[in-house]
Amino acid sequence: MNEPASNPPAVGVEVRGLRKSFNGQEVLKGLDFEVKPGEVFVIMGPSGSGKSVLLKHIIGLEKPDAGEILIEGESVASPDVMSRYRMAMVFQSGALFNSLTVGENVGLYLTEHRLNPPDEIARIVSEKLDEVGLKGTEDKMPAELSGGMKKRVAIARALVIEPQLILYDEPTSELDPLSAVVIGEEILKLKRRIQATSLVVSHDRDLAFGVADRIAVINEGRILTVGSPDEVRRHPDPLIQKFLHADFKAHIKSNV
Amino acid sequence: MFENVGEMVVLFWRTLLALPVAWRRRQKVFDQFFEIGNASLLMVCILSFFIGGVIALQTGPVLVERGLASAVGGLVGISMCRELAPVMMSILIAGRIGSAMAAEIGSMRVYQEIDALRTMNINPIYYLVLPRMIAIAIALPLLVVFSILVGWLGGAVVAANNNRIDIGFQAFFVNLREVVQIKDVANGVFKGFCFALVIGVVSCHQGLVTIGGPRGIGRSVTKAVVNSIVLIVILDYILTRLLLK
Repeated sequence: MNEPASNPPAVGVEVRGLRKSFNGQEVLKGLDFEVKPGEVFVIMGPSGSGKSVLLKHIIGLEKPDAGEILIEGESVASPDVMSRYRMAMVFQSGALFNSLTVGENVGLYLTEHRLNPPDEIARIVSEKLDEVGLKGTEDKMPAELSGGMKKRVAIARALVIEPQLILYDEPTSELDPLSAVVIGEEILKLKRRIQATSLVVSHDRDLAFGVADRIAVINEGRILTVGSPDEVRRHPDPLIQKFLHADFKAHIKSNV
Repeated sequence: MFENVGEMVVLFWRTLLALPVAWRRRQKVFDQFFEIGNASLLMVCILSFFIGGVIALQTGPVLVERGLASAVGGLVGISMCRELAPVMMSILIAGRIGSAMAAEIGSMRVYQEIDALRTMNINPIYYLVLPRMIAIAIALPLLVVFSILVGWLGGAVVAANNNRIDIGFQAFFVNLREVVQIKDVANGVFKGFCFALVIGVVSCHQGLVTIGGPRGIGRSVTKAVVNSIVLIVILDYILTRLLLK
């Protein structure tokens, strides 16, 4: 993650037999799947199914109890893998640094690793903010931004790293439908432009089917299926069908 | 409890290992230093003046009655240097700055800002703990010196103006200079330095292990202040015992 270069190649991710328990409760019960370089892979499932925990494992914030995660065939547990491949994560809350301005947030990676002189960092920050449609917001504080703007700043902050793999944790949660569409467009735009591998975790069906090359459906720490959006849509598993077709009106009617 | 102590020792050790990059963090150190000084100077001044004053008030009449009026300056001088300035200032700083450190780092932990730092390959110890530790380790001993001086002044003012004591400024400071040696001041400054490390480690550690939402942050702040004060008082006994000839 240390030396940004232009157009780094996208990386593939392989998850093998991943298990994780917290306080005796097993959250991930042996996950196996593969994400191909350059694709948008969406992990979809209800809240509490272990999606965010899975992302934290992939970016090295959590250590698995069993199983392994391979980036380009190398285990993330080996010492220098996390620093060799450039990865970025867009957190559910945005996780912007509240005491820093938007510009400082976006440029933090470059500033801290002293990768560019200050005026060059300012130019890159301005460019990345422009890419997510937030030109001229450098001096604002995160508290002054709406939820959708915060997420876009978080994306701009991830872009600065010139990532080979971007992880999005619930990128459209807490957003209105219009802002959610904008975020979906950003994900697709980025896929085309920087050709990084994108791993999106979401329970938003519209986003999943709108951006995914492939979708994995996860429930209670297990993968139910992996396939193209069409394959997932047609999958006979009743749990998947229930999740895909959950409808508020129908639910109310059936209860009445 | 022992797990916490172990984690704090590890945190302190890792912070020591990070010292070679301290110069790169000088701006952040300066910001924290300014924050500590700016937030505390007036309080230090008021507190120290009255501590010095109350020592003179408590001891002065008793000493004067026994014909030991000339000892008031030395007594106030020594007690400010060796005990009251370092301990009281450390307790004040634990309340003002330790709580702020735990709250800030704790909220960063709860709102995933520390996770975000890690994903950017930025070590939270370098970025958050090191500047705070260095700043408090410099600022608190300086505040102790300031406190000693203001405390002496408070004692002298009370000694001069209370009619049961009635010792002039000059007599007060002459006795103080006879009794207080530079090593007594150094003793207090050293204690202040040790207490600063305690406050820094305890508060940063509490911030870093915060879990839960706003209630978790509140709990961390309370623990940071209470644990700091308890450790300061225990360490004060140990240091006093070691430094006593």
